[in-house]
Amino acid sequence: MKSIAFGQYYPADSILHRLDPRIKVILTVLYIVCSFLCKNIISFALLLASALLLIAAGKIPLKVILRGLRPVLIILIFTAFLNIFWTKGETLLFGWRFIKIYAEGLYAAAFILVRIATLIIGTGMLLTYTTTPIALTDALEDLLSPLKKLHVPVHSFAMMMTIALRFIPTLTEETDKIMTAQKARGADFSEGSLVKRAKALIPILIPLVVSAFNRAEDLAIAMECRCYHGGEGRTRMTVRRLRFVDFIPLALVLLLGASLILLNILGFGYTMR
Amino acid sequence: MKEPFVETRELSYRYESADAAEPRVLRDLSVTIGKGEFVAVLGHNGSGKSTFAKLLNMILTPTGGKVFVMGKDITDENMTDEEVLALRKRMGMVFQNPDNQLVATIVEDDVAFGPENLGVPSKEIRRRVDEALSELGMSDYATHEPHRLSGGQKQRVAIAGILAMLPDCIIFDESTAMLDPVGRKEVMDAVVRLNREKGITVIMITHYMEEAALADRIIVLNDGRVLLDGSPEAVFEEEALLRSCGLAVPQCTELVHRLREAGIPLDGACVFPEQCAELIMKSLNKER
Repeated sequence: MKSIAFGQYYPADSILHRLDPRIKVILTVLYIVCSFLCKNIISFALLLASALLLIAAGKIPLKVILRGLRPVLIILIFTAFLNIFWTKGETLLFGWRFIKIYAEGLYAAAFILVRIATLIIGTGMLLTYTTTPIALTDALEDLLSPLKKLHVPVHSFAMMMTIALRFIPTLTEETDKIMTAQKARGADFSEGSLVKRAKALIPILIPLVVSAFNRAEDLAIAMECRCYHGGEGRTRMTVRRLRFVDFIPLALVLLLGASLILLNILGFGYTMR
Repeated sequence: MKEPFVETRELSYRYESADAAEPRVLRDLSVTIGKGEFVAVLGHNGSGKSTFAKLLNMILTPTGGKVFVMGKDITDENMTDEEVLALRKRMGMVFQNPDNQLVATIVEDDVAFGPENLGVPSKEIRRRVDEALSELGMSDYATHEPHRLSGGQKQRVAIAGILAMLPDCIIFDESTAMLDPVGRKEVMDAVVRLNREKGITVIMITHYMEEAALADRIIVLNDGRVLLDGSPEAVFEEEALLRSCGLAVPQCTELVHRLREAGIPLDGACVFPEQCAELIMKSLNKER
């Protein structure tokens, strides 16, 4: 349990790991937009190629990525299934009583599969696998800082995120301890009906919440002692400066988006609605 | 006496929720701590020692009396926010639970937290962080995650975080209470070094006699009052008085006292095991 890492950061030294996190956040948004711009076979091929390129650039083992796809496997299969049997088209490939499979259905299923898979791979490669949660928080604080003018407490949110990330392992460890203590006194968390098991969790949650509040108070005092007084007048040890190379991937993704729009205008074969 | 650094005058404190019949946690406490001194504050649970610590950097506001730091009255109601920050920068504080005082997910980011709050320029923060970590022997762990460190290491990171603010004084509020003996020794070695080599005033709240023995001076609090105030040798001589308020003396001191009671002549004070061994050797040689 101790080795639990929030998110799925995979340490490695790659172009994507070194890329400025702010750029990565922007890229992720653009990439999601791109995946929804895809309408025909060539654009989906391009999207798939870009996802493979990202995997190569991020130096993440394929095994790790496939593991990341596993939780959505059921959704993938289900949507593919729905699309194959429920899409009505013109070219009937197979018909037996009420089951009719059209070529368009197969296309639609394949497209949706590629779209979901690339969405997950794309956001994973750009953000979760290659960016530490803390870098991500900092990036979000920077990107959202214009909102400060509208009195949105951007710094406070970022600080809360940081502290939450910091305390996940601590609280996990504590949960473990409480569970062991309860088990030692005969508590059973693995048997009985769902309701019974949920009830068994209460004696874990209560001490956990109480201790979290105590920790929060301790932490608040410790932060005050270290002169914390909000984001005002605060400096940072590491100041990120955008380098020229950070803009190259941005240009590439914009290029991808432009070509996808062009392909939509030209149109190739089956077009997704 | 050295130049006074912290001075309290008839300091008293009562918790707000407590009813009037409840005795005050601190009663008219007047002590002066010199610049560069290493003072241990001893006391039984509820003696007010932790409250005393929190009053010194305005985490708590006294209900009576005054506190002066470098001649400045910090209990003044007109203290500006900047002055409070300056005070807290000057009087660093390390707490009991190492987990509850680390803010960042990476060691060096945590050490940088204090200077960042003070608005120190980036390059200077980097320099201070590296220096503070090497001072505490934690440079190799700069990019580690705090939750993977041992208790003693975490506490050293916490001290580095205070040190990076360049304080004049560090208050340790039972900072070793949750550590194992190895961690305790790591932290105590660091504390002694900071005091001796960097001249940082140390106020250490503790209930470990062996740790208090390392100080220049011990203040024993009982029921919110100063019971004893003096060098470790002098304080530990008062074994009976200490016992009456639930405190013991270091084992080696107790051994010497008992041997004396048994009629073995041992001259001189003893607060460390080495001194104890020496005294016994001397007495054995004399007999021969």
